[in-house]
Amino acid sequence: MKRARQPLRQVFAAPACIAVASLAGLLCALTGDGLRDALSWAALGLPVATLPWAWARRRS
Amino acid sequence: MKNSTLRAWDVVHTWSSLVCTAFLLMLCLTGLPLIFHDEIDVLSEGTPDVGMPGVASSGEASGLLPLDRMLQVALASRPGEVPTFMAFDNTQPLMTVTTAPRPDSPGADMTVMVLDRSTGKLVSALDESGIMHFLLQLHTDMFLGLGGMLFLGAMGLLFAVAVVSGLVLYAPFMRKLAFGSLRTSRSRRVKWLDYHNLLGIVALAWTLVVGLTGVVNTLADPINASWKATELARMISTYSGQAALAPADYGSLDEAMANARKALPGRNPQFIGFPGGNYSSGHHYGIFFQGDTPLTEHLLTVALIDARTGALTASAPMPWYAKALALSQPLHFGDYGGLPLKIIWAILDIFTLVILGSGLYLWLARRRSRRSGEDVRSALPLTREALTREALTREAAR
Repeated sequence: MKRARQPLRQVFAAPACIAVASLAGLLCALTGDGLRDALSWAALGLPVATLPWAWARRRS
Repeated sequence: MKNSTLRAWDVVHTWSSLVCTAFLLMLCLTGLPLIFHDEIDVLSEGTPDVGMPGVASSGEASGLLPLDRMLQVALASRPGEVPTFMAFDNTQPLMTVTTAPRPDSPGADMTVMVLDRSTGKLVSALDESGIMHFLLQLHTDMFLGLGGMLFLGAMGLLFAVAVVSGLVLYAPFMRKLAFGSLRTSRSRRVKWLDYHNLLGIVALAWTLVVGLTGVVNTLADPINASWKATELARMISTYSGQAALAPADYGSLDEAMANARKALPGRNPQFIGFPGGNYSSGHHYGIFFQGDTPLTEHLLTVALIDARTGALTASAPMPWYAKALALSQPLHFGDYGGLPLKIIWAILDIFTLVILGSGLYLWLARRRSRRSGEDVRSALPLTREALTREALTREAAR
């Protein structure tokens, strides 16, 4: 998992995507019900899903 | 980043976290069951049988009983008391009436009753002695009133500082590691450092939003007081100098509501603040209407109705600071997107508990190894910056 020194952009690429998705999810459910709620679950599910993803990645 | 800058961020991260960690642990632990407040209430008390299921008590459906009648029913069970609030529901015919010994009694002296607007029956008095109420008080102000609330607000601000400084420190730690690295087969410290970094960075947006909206919620009392002293005072300036209206002189609520609806058509009321309370003047019913779209539902517009005559005095949307407070509530509670959103809220709350716990562990472990003079490089095989950082902190500690 060790790699060469990465530029900052690379270090923060995934975290930035997750943060933007989280914020979109937080606001989305506030603007309506039904489909917007479902979109919000998917977007906020992203930070949650990172943990099982990191576990699976460690084993493979 | 220069080592001195990095060291400064490290000091900020360490101390802002250390000061707030105990309180944040309490907030996360009490907040976890509070997320499922509604579900737990239904499980422990059952769903109340209502006359017209699914009919909103905030609406105008035929079959809903007059507000004056509902108020009568509530007051009959609290002889000698006066009404302070009446609140409505958008999904069922249940509503609440709050009474107190005096119009300006503090919240602790108030009694909240749940009534069914479709049958005119008193359903229950809200239980304020249960475990959920205890957790809510602990979470809100630790039983210390406004001082406790503001103190927890300050802890929330420190938490936000800890989150942001943690984001800055994430970079040097992760320069040579792929995103999502969990080095669990190395030392315990490395394992928990990786968990701390991973959970901290993925939950960052959520922790900041829930933390900062929590801070705004702690300002509820000053925000309401400021609204009452400025906006409300302006709206009812023609009444200034008049003595407060006696409860015996309160006029018809239904007439007041009809006039308010005429001024703000297409909207439904969320609650009524009775004269003399925190949400009205001494002469008015403050009827607070929700917006007519899901987003504006939380943004209230007040109609001030002369409580004696039932005529409209003024109506205005709440100012920006009251709107910020109104939007901070759902964003803090996570109760605006169904059960799945609540479950996500709970998981991210548990993430936060792990972040707090691992952060505390890492601080203790670093102190222990520093004290025993253990070689930092063997305990923490990190990046060059992090090593320098450790060395510098050790140097400074000497």
